[in-house]
Amino acid sequence: MTAKPRVAALEGWFTLDEHEPRLLGSRCRQCGTCYFPKQTTYCRNPACDSTEFDEVPLSRRGRVWSCTNAEYKPPEPYVAAEPFEPFTIAAVELEAERMVVLGQVVTGVSVTDLRVGQEMELVLDTLYGDAESDKLIWKWKPAG
Amino acid sequence: MGKEIAILGVGMHPWGKWGRNFVEYGLHAARAAIADAGVRWQDIRFVSGAATMRCGYPGYVAGATFAQALGWQGAEVNTSYAACASGSQALAAARAKILAGECEVALVVGADTTPKGFLAPAKGYRPDDPDWVRFLIGITNPSYFALYARRRMDLYGDTEDDFGLVKIKNSEHGFTNPNARYRKKFTMDDVHASPMVAHPLRLLQICATSDGGAALVVSSLDYARRIGRGDAVRVAAVSTVTPTFANEVLEMPDIATDSAAAAAIETHRFRASLPVKAYEEAGISPRDVDVAEVYDLSSALELDWMEDLQLCGRGEAASLVRAGETRIGGRIPVNPSGGLACFGEAVPAQALAQVCELTWQLRGACAERQVEGARVGVTANQGLFGHGSSVIVTR
Repeated sequence: MTAKPRVAALEGWFTLDEHEPRLLGSRCRQCGTCYFPKQTTYCRNPACDSTEFDEVPLSRRGRVWSCTNAEYKPPEPYVAAEPFEPFTIAAVELEAERMVVLGQVVTGVSVTDLRVGQEMELVLDTLYGDAESDKLIWKWKPAG
Repeated sequence: MGKEIAILGVGMHPWGKWGRNFVEYGLHAARAAIADAGVRWQDIRFVSGAATMRCGYPGYVAGATFAQALGWQGAEVNTSYAACASGSQALAAARAKILAGECEVALVVGADTTPKGFLAPAKGYRPDDPDWVRFLIGITNPSYFALYARRRMDLYGDTEDDFGLVKIKNSEHGFTNPNARYRKKFTMDDVHASPMVAHPLRLLQICATSDGGAALVVSSLDYARRIGRGDAVRVAAVSTVTPTFANEVLEMPDIATDSAAAAAIETHRFRASLPVKAYEEAGISPRDVDVAEVYDLSSALELDWMEDLQLCGRGEAASLVRAGETRIGGRIPVNPSGGLACFGEAVPAQALAQVCELTWQLRGACAERQVEGARVGVTANQGLFGHGSSVIVTR
């Protein structure tokens, strides 16, 4: 039995580098403001009227802005395992970009294991699987 | 002071899960407000409705729907949609009409009938919609409230029991409010027994959705004086400003904040910027406030609002709650109505319900939940997509 293919749950939102994945944002060519998810049509900086952007990989590391968990099964389109397994959530502040990005935290890390300010790194993990493939998403993991 | 208007009448339909058409609640509230104002329906020349979503076309044109229900009499109509701030924007429209001299007396109405269960996004594969993406990765509305709450714990040393104290205080305030949906005094044991939803928030600390209706009759000060109501409670300010770029606080339903790498972060966060404009417009300082009605979507969020309203310094709200200062009888009572904890949220009606409560408070008409000697009240609320409001009423 061969392993199922691993594909992105959201295409184009992150690289599929299993060791050092990066979120893919965009950067305004005029004012340098970064966006995630990618902004490609108009810059939201009130001092900028640019419409041109470059794709840019975001920092892989950041610090916890805050964290929580989900003790109840979220509604669709979330695909929950049966029985539902609670998961931890972190909002992580990227220093260079000065932005906060939400994501699930890898299995095995409880909300009480985390602290505001703690360093985290980006990894890829399975969000859910179906008959054809495992769908990958970015998750946060305490930096080793 | 040239921007004031009079609140001649207020009215509400009790909050609950009544399962009837929203028009009934709005009509009930409107008739109560008109009776309270002592004016004739035919004298009202502008009807400003807060839009009701999920209830079909009559909700999108709520101003006209309520005007028709009361009986067409040729008034002009308006409908405003601004998520949780819809009621305040409907009030702002009426105020602008009055201050421009285009009408003397106006009716403002909001009402909602809410569906059962969780609010979920529309179906299909829609990766361009942040509201769809966040549900795909399992981020629900309580997730955001919980992130704010947990950040308070790590930054300021707030505890889960501090959030519990807010819930208990609001349940005691709302216990005698005839318009409140939940009238039960909760204890810390009740809070502890409530299931954890999104750490550190338990089910009892997250607001429900409700049916309800609220209405105001407002007029020019000149009209109020002419009908012998020169001493009526006044609207001194209405603020509905947007956030400013870059906004550093993660807001529902976004996956990420703005990046402040190129544009600097503004001094005031979004929630805090709402009352700043209101205080300036009313020409008062936060120290002048006697009573506040704030949007406690979670118990912990009430603490953020106290600081955003500058009722205390950043990080100090929990100490006020522990000292009982936000109870009725304390230095700065917050949510004497019982707040969303006792009402649940009826979106288009909620910002107006806050103004109804403050009007009753400033009239001294609140019986057991009366804040003695209240002369200045402030509201605060926030909804999705850059909507929020702060209204100041004075006597």
